[in-house]
Amino acid sequence: MGALRDCQVDARQTEDGTPLPPRASSIIELLFPFFFQKREKKSRGEKMLVVRKKMLGQSLLIRPAVSVLRSYSSSAKQMTVRDALNSALDEEMSADQKVFLMGEEVGEYQGAYKISKGLLEKYGPERVLDTPITEAGFAGIAVGAAYHGLKPVVEFMTFNFSMQAIDHIINSAAKSNYMSAGQMSVPIVFRGPNGAAAGVGAQHSQCYAAWYASCPGLKVLTPYSSEDARGLLKAAIRDPDPVVFLENELLYGESFSVSDEVLDSSFCLPIGKAKIERVGRDVTITAFSKMVGHALKAAEILEKDGIDAEVINLRSIRPLDRSTINASVRKTNRLITVEEGFPQHGVGAEICASVVEESFAYLDAPVERIAGADVPMPYAANLERLAVPQVEDIVRAAKRACYRSVPLAAAA
Amino acid sequence: MALSYLRSSSSRSVNLLKPLSSSLPLRRPISTDTTPITVETSVPFTSHQCDAPSRSVETNPKELLTFFRDMALMRRMEIAADSLYKAKLIRGFCHLYDGQEAVAVGMEAAITKKDCIITAYRDHCTFIGRGGTLLEVFAELMGRQAGCSKGKGGSMHFYKKDSNFYGGHGIVGAQVPLGCGLAFAQKYSKDETVTFALYGDGAANQGQLFEALNISALWDLPAILVCENNHYGMGTAEWRAAKSPAYYKRGDYVPGLKVDGMDALAVKQACKFAKEHALKNGPIILEMDTYRYHGHSMSDPGSTYRTRDEISGVRQERDPIERIRKLILSHDLATEKELKDIEKEVRKEVDDTITQAKESPMPEPSKLFTNVYAKGLGVESFGADRKEVRATLP
Repeated sequence: MGALRDCQVDARQTEDGTPLPPRASSIIELLFPFFFQKREKKSRGEKMLVVRKKMLGQSLLIRPAVSVLRSYSSSAKQMTVRDALNSALDEEMSADQKVFLMGEEVGEYQGAYKISKGLLEKYGPERVLDTPITEAGFAGIAVGAAYHGLKPVVEFMTFNFSMQAIDHIINSAAKSNYMSAGQMSVPIVFRGPNGAAAGVGAQHSQCYAAWYASCPGLKVLTPYSSEDARGLLKAAIRDPDPVVFLENELLYGESFSVSDEVLDSSFCLPIGKAKIERVGRDVTITAFSKMVGHALKAAEILEKDGIDAEVINLRSIRPLDRSTINASVRKTNRLITVEEGFPQHGVGAEICASVVEESFAYLDAPVERIAGADVPMPYAANLERLAVPQVEDIVRAAKRACYRSVPLAAAA
Repeated sequence: MALSYLRSSSSRSVNLLKPLSSSLPLRRPISTDTTPITVETSVPFTSHQCDAPSRSVETNPKELLTFFRDMALMRRMEIAADSLYKAKLIRGFCHLYDGQEAVAVGMEAAITKKDCIITAYRDHCTFIGRGGTLLEVFAELMGRQAGCSKGKGGSMHFYKKDSNFYGGHGIVGAQVPLGCGLAFAQKYSKDETVTFALYGDGAANQGQLFEALNISALWDLPAILVCENNHYGMGTAEWRAAKSPAYYKRGDYVPGLKVDGMDALAVKQACKFAKEHALKNGPIILEMDTYRYHGHSMSDPGSTYRTRDEISGVRQERDPIERIRKLILSHDLATEKELKDIEKEVRKEVDDTITQAKESPMPEPSKLFTNVYAKGLGVESFGADRKEVRATLP
């Protein structure tokens, strides 16, 4: 079914806005649509090239998908989150001499996670600085540089290590503009992987979104896709306030399609605006960072059960896009909040409170929270799986919110 | 037309305490006289990993009179703040600098407003040295709109960015890495300027200080770390807090200089030396041997951990204002009456400013929500009862 669709006249676009290939220009395409079908996550170019070579022997006018990919101005190019971050850093450093990068292994090692690959070579050691393992010291130095007009990007190897520098993030950076009545703005970005990786244990797996987002004066961003990574990092670097930019190690290698608009060096996303990744009618699922992927998978599963979930990619934890969340809940009347971090006093708790305050009359079910387990992260694989939200957890909670299928247990 | 006796003879033979004879009845106005005078510092400098500068300091009548007036102003200001605190017009924390004035004025004499200064919470006089006004000080202390931080900062959060004064910090030791960051920015911009990061003997043991010093030495930052050693970190004497209270040596591979912090000219000489050093060779530590007459803050009488004899002893032997007064009198740059007149003038200025500051209103309630961000993006913020008080951040 999909194959034939691909060959028809296109005035339509797929749900995510990428246009479909043109109508078949030859009988061969109609007879053998299989070869021209759009396939996800495959090396399409290579496969189509092979097919074309086979067909050329008959000198047919075929328009293989590979040229389709190139000829459309907003065609889908794939980009990893890692490359998205790298390109964003590169472009912002190129555009503004005041931007510099500082952190452990960002220079000669090319970045602990290779996010800063190639930047030392391009910008030199004055702008890409390898620091000793002294978070309090170098975070303080970066904030001081920001006081004096530079625009530092500080990399924490993981945000677990940011706790050693948290006094500078909060007391020296976040509060300065307020305490000085506007004299001391701090245009700094603190970035790095946040939350759980795989098997790294309790001291390397905490999510700090709720901690930083509670502090006025900070902006806290949580990209999911490559588009998010590019647009939000550029916005963060250009922003005159301190921004905590929470990435995720497990997302670095994931590829997402990016349009030409996203690839343009002036591309920027607004801070404080969530994105509705999937429009739905029955239940709202909010998520950020890696959990957006889980929420989208859960939505696919729920669809089969007749539940049409709306998935909101928060993108910004502070400022929180309360209006998008509330508008969605007013439409669906049910809410699941999903986060990776510890449940108590977490992001979901704030979203729940916000919805109860603003949209109580619209709720048809209690707000459900899916969060990491209320324990330090264990190492054993099975326990780790239990400690981090899984897709099934989101599905189950959504069903609860929709059917209230689990009766309330009476106290014994 | 110069008064010849001022320029004669080897200045090394000038003894502070022996007034020079003068039979000239007519006196030029001294406030603009820049005829050089050479004075010796009270004690020679002690150095660590470097050659100490000479103890002969060049100064002039104008500078000495300026020192006198500025220090008298600072002294008067701090004492007035004490009274205001006791009258409950100043709330919260109030850390007074009286006794340490020589560090602030000596430093300013050696540098420009393009050099940066950052300090901790004992910042009232440092702010004045950087060009802040008395009104801004008193109004801020009393939480009024005319304050340098519009009443939103308080005693510990004075800033004057246009003359490169970066605060005003409440977290002990945090200002040192920040100061090294200022130096980083100066080097990055190739400004040929330096940063003085001031901290106390209590903060001298902070880990982040050594982290920042390590990076500053590695990257050759023009950072001058100035330990204002008043010998007590709140109530803890230096020998109880530091295994090695020789703070000028604590930099290990970083050179250091120990300076009599009660001698404004020694401070000036040391800061001048440090600036030249830092621009060429990277970080240096200055230890200013100084003293505070008040307790750590207004809630500390300051006499439970030190004897009154010690305090009065320092006041008699080492007071910075008295030193300059004696110097001025011995060099016949002004009469005792003229100096007393300056002090009266300063007292009146302080009193008048306090009256003016009291008239400044408290900030408007809407100011609760301003300056949270430099770019607020129109987001919402909330008061204690969010259904009652909300604001959109500009």
